[in-house]
Amino acid sequence: MLELLNSHYNYYAVMLLLGIGLYMLIESQNLVKKVIGMNIFQTGIFLFFITLAFRAGGNPPIIVDGGGPYVSPLPHVLILTAIVVGVSLTAVALALIIRIYTEYGTLDEDKLKQLYYD
Amino acid sequence: MIEHLPVLLVVLPIVGGSIPLVASLVSERAGWPVATLTLIGQASLAGLLAWTVSTSGTVSYAVGGFAAPYGIELVVDGLSGAVALFVAVVSLGVLAYARQAGPHSSAFYGLYLLLVAGLTGMTVTGDVFNLYVFLEITGLAAYGLVASGRDASAAVAALKYLIIGTVGASLYLLGVGYLLAATGTLNMADLATKLGEMAAYDSTLVLTAFGLMVGGLTVKVALFPLHTWQPDAYANAPDTVSAFISALVSTVSAYALARLLFSVFTVEFLTAVPVARWALVGLACVSIIAGSALAVSQDSVQRMLAYSSVSQFGLVVAGFAIATPLAVVGATVHLLGHAVMKGGLFAATGVIERKTGATTVNGYAGMGSRVPLSAFCFAVLSLAMVGVPPAVGFVGKWYIVLGAVSAGNWPVVAVLLASTLLTLAYFARLVERLYFAEATIHSEEGLSEEAPVTDGSGQAVSFGMIAVVVIAAALAVALTAAVPAFEQVLRETLPQLLTQ
Repeated sequence: MLELLNSHYNYYAVMLLLGIGLYMLIESQNLVKKVIGMNIFQTGIFLFFITLAFRAGGNPPIIVDGGGPYVSPLPHVLILTAIVVGVSLTAVALALIIRIYTEYGTLDEDKLKQLYYD
Repeated sequence: MIEHLPVLLVVLPIVGGSIPLVASLVSERAGWPVATLTLIGQASLAGLLAWTVSTSGTVSYAVGGFAAPYGIELVVDGLSGAVALFVAVVSLGVLAYARQAGPHSSAFYGLYLLLVAGLTGMTVTGDVFNLYVFLEITGLAAYGLVASGRDASAAVAALKYLIIGTVGASLYLLGVGYLLAATGTLNMADLATKLGEMAAYDSTLVLTAFGLMVGGLTVKVALFPLHTWQPDAYANAPDTVSAFISALVSTVSAYALARLLFSVFTVEFLTAVPVARWALVGLACVSIIAGSALAVSQDSVQRMLAYSSVSQFGLVVAGFAIATPLAVVGATVHLLGHAVMKGGLFAATGVIERKTGATTVNGYAGMGSRVPLSAFCFAVLSLAMVGVPPAVGFVGKWYIVLGAVSAGNWPVVAVLLASTLLTLAYFARLVERLYFAEATIHSEEGLSEEAPVTDGSGQAVSFGMIAVVVIAAALAVALTAAVPAFEQVLRETLPQLLTQ
């Protein structure tokens, strides 16, 4: 059990981040906190990919200093792209929230619902 | 030049989409002409590519010269060539509507072209991670377009769409991670081979990947429990945007789902893991019934149309999941036919609202004599969606039902037939109001009672807007004639897909 915890702690962190992110996204009443939850959720996925790339005793994937098993560079590249996507999404989400706040004067989901359906 | 066609299809709208933003420094009205020119170019390129594919077979392209399993590959076969051409033509058609219906800002046309780029990218890509990137480009452009309505409720709808859509796309990305862990590759064709060689379709890794990727895409397709973003987005966006995204965004996502099923996991996977097939068929059936039930109970016409999409996409996904050649042909025909019909219906609601102020089912009463042409087109499109024989809606449903019968899937056959009745339930109600009910809105007072459209681009209806509605209605019937030729194209592509 302890052995599993020791060798797989990255995956536990991934699950924890995914859970926290999703919970915040669904449960928080504050729109900005929802977006933060969305970011935490995505960070969990990023960590999952980076963990995939790991290899015990692997070198950085730069061939000049010669030899050895390398860690896989592919997931790193994928996650660079996914981070850019995540940043753009956050920017759009925050822009929408600013617009909602100037119009309705609230960031609270319940109050917004009342105003929205009136 | 000619061998670079697949990548040009993605590059052209991205480059075109950045021009309106620069041009807005000079003239705020430059957006429309630039978008039109770009999309005429796009449609000709897509036509040329589809022609090349139909004469000399599948075209594949290694982006940046990196060979296939390691680099990103773009693959255009009969199916993706047809969908790419369809995307280009429909987006060009919707521009005729946008000319008058607006929004007129340059930023709008920038986003419009970006959405075309994202949709085309999703269509031609042969790489599962690249599909994620295009999925998010499509998403970002669609969120922006929904929010381009002048009313603040559009921003609320867009934020809801953004949050749900992002979770869907993130789940898809997580699934890609599992698939990468299982096979070490991201190329679709390579994945299919590796998954076949490993003969480990029921391993936990592969099953989890399937669940996450399909689950993520069904959020974008808007199947029943995951559809909640859709009615708000469609009803609050400007009419141009409703017509455009209802015609293309979910359609291309459903196409991506089909790609995933047939080009990545393959039919062997569905046969080897019956629970995956049953889960997907079950989800589709629930979506058909629940979408129709929700549509019947709606008061706003646009929300009713949005829930109708939930139900129709249930049909399409059921066809793909049954995965016999007949069912897949039917699902593809219904996928494209639904896009024309639903886009046309949303365009018609925009015209009727501008002319009379009617937005609700009751408000539509007696409109058959007030706006005869639009009301007639609306009725034709409605009946086509129900599946009255000469229309394309009939052919798609007929093939899906035949496919389900030949697969011996009787519960599904029952649901499919019931779905036609349910579709009739909500459309017949509306057609009856249009022609056989006393008007509830009278000429001028109606306009002041019902809130007018709020994208602030005036109430005038142009010739282009009417033309789009009429052409959509004509196509909904005339496309039936094109089905045999289309079926021929698919039959050349499908054997590779279905027996890989």
